[in-house]
Amino acid sequence: MAGENSALEISSVSFAYTKTAKALDGVSFNVPRGRFTALLGPNGAGKSTLISLVTRLLGQTNGSICIDSRNIEKSPGDAMSRLGIVFQQPTLDLDLSVTQNLRYFAALHGMPGQLAEQRIDEELRRFNMLERRNEKVRRLNGGHRRRVEIARALLHQPAFLLLDEPSVGLDIPTREKIVEHVHTLSREKNIGVLWATHLIDEIRAEDDVVVLHQGKAIEKGPVPDILASTGFPTLGEAFNKLTGEAAP
Amino acid sequence: MRASAFLICFKGIATREVLRFFQQRERFLAALIRPLFWLLVFAAGFRAALGVSIIPPYETYITYEVYITPGLIGMIQLFNGMQSSLSMIYDREMGSMRVLMTSPMPRWFLLISKLLAGTAVSIIQVYVFLGIAFLFEIEAPAIGYLALLPVLVVTGLMLGALGMLLSATVRQLENFAGIMNFVIFPMFFLSSALYPLWKIGESSPLLRQICELNPFTYAVESIRFALYQQFNVTAFFVTAIAGVCFLLLAIKGYSPAKGMMQRKGPS
Repeated sequence: MAGENSALEISSVSFAYTKTAKALDGVSFNVPRGRFTALLGPNGAGKSTLISLVTRLLGQTNGSICIDSRNIEKSPGDAMSRLGIVFQQPTLDLDLSVTQNLRYFAALHGMPGQLAEQRIDEELRRFNMLERRNEKVRRLNGGHRRRVEIARALLHQPAFLLLDEPSVGLDIPTREKIVEHVHTLSREKNIGVLWATHLIDEIRAEDDVVVLHQGKAIEKGPVPDILASTGFPTLGEAFNKLTGEAAP
Repeated sequence: MRASAFLICFKGIATREVLRFFQQRERFLAALIRPLFWLLVFAAGFRAALGVSIIPPYETYITYEVYITPGLIGMIQLFNGMQSSLSMIYDREMGSMRVLMTSPMPRWFLLISKLLAGTAVSIIQVYVFLGIAFLFEIEAPAIGYLALLPVLVVTGLMLGALGMLLSATVRQLENFAGIMNFVIFPMFFLSSALYPLWKIGESSPLLRQICELNPFTYAVESIRFALYQQFNVTAFFVTAIAGVCFLLLAIKGYSPAKGMMQRKGPS
């Protein structure tokens, strides 16, 4: 799974907020391009800490993180330009229109105006949001805001797309549509996707899974391999066994 | 990263700040009403009680309204810096600050761009305030309004950098009220904004010494002298040096190693 084809490579990453408790302990895994990888773990497993390290909201203390083969500590600008991210919390400016939000993001990536407009059109069309481009974000419902956030994360054509529990607060049909859409994106655009979740039903049989528990990556690989190694017929039961928690 | 990308990025940040400012009409009104209230009510009331003798840069006796105007310009920029600080804490809690911080541009550049954009907004407020003051015949020499501009950039950057530094140290929005009590009011009142330092010194030499340690005093004096086309070297450089120090500390505060963008604790 490692090497040039990796959208994300995490090697021996540990992190502690205090001297006594490690939030992450020697975590290593890869997200290949064109694959959908679910980062599965109960609350407090260390998912958000890991995401903060990958996005450089937290400083790395040891181990290494590479995005599309660029080390985030040695070449932060280069690495971050290949990362698309959808945070768990909504991060759109409610008082600005959809287009104004997207233009702002494009500018943060140094994208020239004409190219930005073209990409904004493309992505909004892909998400069926083109006709709502001039509406203030405040007027959009949760599902539409999420679509805009995913469209925004794709504007600069990243190699790696990181989504931190993007379905939180959405109704089931909207959630299913977004899961489906991101799977399609991953295949068609050859993007490595890391989808952090604690919801088993968002994961499909053909996906890769990394199970994070108490700061450690206790299992990783394609879903069938995990089922085979744990001896359980469903991922929910395997997760339950691995973490000692009831699968959500 | 190409130079044009930096320019595009700066333009994007500045556009967003200005758009947000004009869309928040209450903020615009509050920014004007506060100093106008001081100028037209407080200063008018104190005009008779407080005489201001001839001190540089003034060459004749002046009314109290004329004396207080540079201090109120400083107040506009001080409140704007704190308003930016508040919105940075809010953005951090609401998440939109993360979008800025995950840009591929260097973090120092992003923070400086935000600071410059905030300063531009404060300068717009200052000139609108001066325009209204002019209508009430509180005016400076015409060329002084132009000479003021570069000084406003420096004072705005210093006070904005202070706000940014505070936003890097305040972890929660709820704690912002403390900033009002412990930063804005002491900075404003313990300065030459309302009374000349010699007058403060007459009442309390200690208070005067405290005022002389306050960078806001130097910002106000820079503005006062610039309005009369004079350059107060000491005031200008103290303001600039304080601004650089605040900015460096703010950049350090927002570095990934400090983890200000992440609330402490596992998740």
